[in-house]
Amino acid sequence: MDCNGYRQENHDQNLFPKPKVLVLEPPPVFIYHEEKLSQKFHFLKAWDSPLPLEQFLTTHAHSVQAILSHGSCPVTTNTIRLLPSLGLIVTTSAGLDQIDLQECRRRGVSVAYAGNLFSADVADIAVGLLIDALRKISAGNRYVTQGLWANNGDFSLGSKLGGRKVGIVGLGSIGLEVGKRLEPFGCNILYCSRNKKSSVSYPYYSNVCELAANCEVLMICCELNDQTRHVINKEVLLALGKKGLIINVGRGAIIDEQEMVRCLMQGEIAGAGLDVFENEPHVPSELISLDNVVLSPHRAVHTEETLMALVDLVIGNLEAFFSNKPLLSPVLLDE
Amino acid sequence: MNHQPTPQTGKEKNPNLKKISGLTMESIGVLMTCPMHKYLEQQLETHFNLFRLWHCNSSITEFLKTHQGNTIRAVVGDTNIGADAELIASFPNLEIVASYSVGLDKIDLRKCEEKGIRVANTPDVLTDDVADLAIGLILGVLRRICASDEYVRIGKWKDADFGLATKFSGKSVGIVGLGRIGTAIAKRAEAFGCSISYFSRSQKPFANYKFYSNIIDLATSCQILIVACALTEETRHIIDREVIDALGPKGILINIGRGAHVDETELVSALLEGRLGGAGLDVYENEPEVPEELLGLGNVVLQPHVGSDTVETSDAMADLVISNLKAHFSNKPLLTPVI
Repeated sequence: MDCNGYRQENHDQNLFPKPKVLVLEPPPVFIYHEEKLSQKFHFLKAWDSPLPLEQFLTTHAHSVQAILSHGSCPVTTNTIRLLPSLGLIVTTSAGLDQIDLQECRRRGVSVAYAGNLFSADVADIAVGLLIDALRKISAGNRYVTQGLWANNGDFSLGSKLGGRKVGIVGLGSIGLEVGKRLEPFGCNILYCSRNKKSSVSYPYYSNVCELAANCEVLMICCELNDQTRHVINKEVLLALGKKGLIINVGRGAIIDEQEMVRCLMQGEIAGAGLDVFENEPHVPSELISLDNVVLSPHRAVHTEETLMALVDLVIGNLEAFFSNKPLLSPVLLDE
Repeated sequence: MNHQPTPQTGKEKNPNLKKISGLTMESIGVLMTCPMHKYLEQQLETHFNLFRLWHCNSSITEFLKTHQGNTIRAVVGDTNIGADAELIASFPNLEIVASYSVGLDKIDLRKCEEKGIRVANTPDVLTDDVADLAIGLILGVLRRICASDEYVRIGKWKDADFGLATKFSGKSVGIVGLGRIGTAIAKRAEAFGCSISYFSRSQKPFANYKFYSNIIDLATSCQILIVACALTEETRHIIDREVIDALGPKGILINIGRGAHVDETELVSALLEGRLGGAGLDVYENEPEVPEELLGLGNVVLQPHVGSDTVETSDAMADLVISNLKAHFSNKPLLTPVI
């Protein structure tokens, strides 16, 4: 496909040209819903071009006002600086660590994101990974499909979820949804967050290590930033203890992955359920060999329903921007 | 071990009301039908005179070749081997069947009632675990957790397009049987924003969920159908082709009841033909056999009957079995009597 937008045939668009939107790498929503998106916008596809990014930007995208990005697609200082007319970055992610927000702030570039759209889906998979890790559902499924039940007899016992103390790291939108879901399972919810939330009655801990020492499950639901990078370290894992489990639906780099692998191999913690990793799509080979670990390829938000809602949100945000209306899901950049 | 039989007073002339001391309890013959749980086996060994049916190829006939039938006064059965008419007839001194399960479908209750044999089971202690598994199966199927885990393990993350999963939150859940387990499942699903409806023998006055008196209507109205009722003559194959078709190509079936609740042949063909969206199964018609066609289907999660198989619950069930037996042989009320 020709990525030089100016030559695209579109007679109807001569009078009312579709706004141009730069896409560095295609987000999943683009892969599944390109047609719907392309009805409204003209996409400049940087990844499709033989030109290196800088050249593509200066040659074809110099006047572009909006970027469509996604969670693992960096929008760097350099990229932003090469686009003097940039006014908006729409990311399909809830996470923002891949965007140079400081540069956006400096330049007055607005950012729109997925907001709370994913919270239910992420909370669902966090609970799903927890039940799977404790009750060995994936491992049990393998046991059956490999013919071991008939030959080797009963599968090994799992561990009960009810009555466990569950520590939620980060009580934002996702953390709250996780807590809400786990309550009827008989879990006692504790949490650690930047600030104590007056609206919840869960016991609050001001630091992760203390939280870990007082619970048997850690649910990582926070964002990745300078304070949370490797916040789950050796000290925290050892505090969590030999019966402890860790579930990560945040970002891989929140956990010191090497240390976690070591703890799992040595039985310092009992198991893990992971949707994210430090260096996706690479998964440490030691984890592949473990039966007490459940591995998910960063799919916490990949449901049909949510992707449909996401297309509408992306379109809504872009349309709002191009018609000078308030964004539907803006990121508050003032700090 | 030497022990003297306790002297009988006038009050105790009724041979069924012997005063049993702890010492004498160890002489009471208890037959365990299957391996079930090591801790339970150890406790039975400690407190009673334990006989293991599987040491005789799990055959009553073989057992009777080397043992006197009248030594057995209690049977501890489970979901594999309970106490059917043949077993009951073989042990004329059988007083109590203590089942290591809450389900009673492997016990001939009518025969027990006829012969004045007590029956106890293990309700409540396993309710949470079974309900947790039901939710785990739903998420495993809808969100493709098990299939994704497999993809990652075989190194396909970089290559494969996994396609999209289905959202669980907010979906309509239909429960067949709103007993202890069905209610526990409903409470959990509610926290995911699901709408709950149910089919039961009768409407439950305190349940705030929509009641259907017809299982087809329930299956038509919901996307996730969960079997949580007891297995009886009425509920055998309650999930048949008609129900499966009503549930439909976007529907999923979760079975944490008994294999015989579902017409397994119909279930398999529906899944293969795409008339049913997916299934999460913990039980099968002929365990441990699982229909070959189901193995490796991406929209099916299979568990080896582990509904209550956690360390904590297995021990709690074992303790309940022992407590019921001790209570019976001390002339105290059973803790969890059925008959």
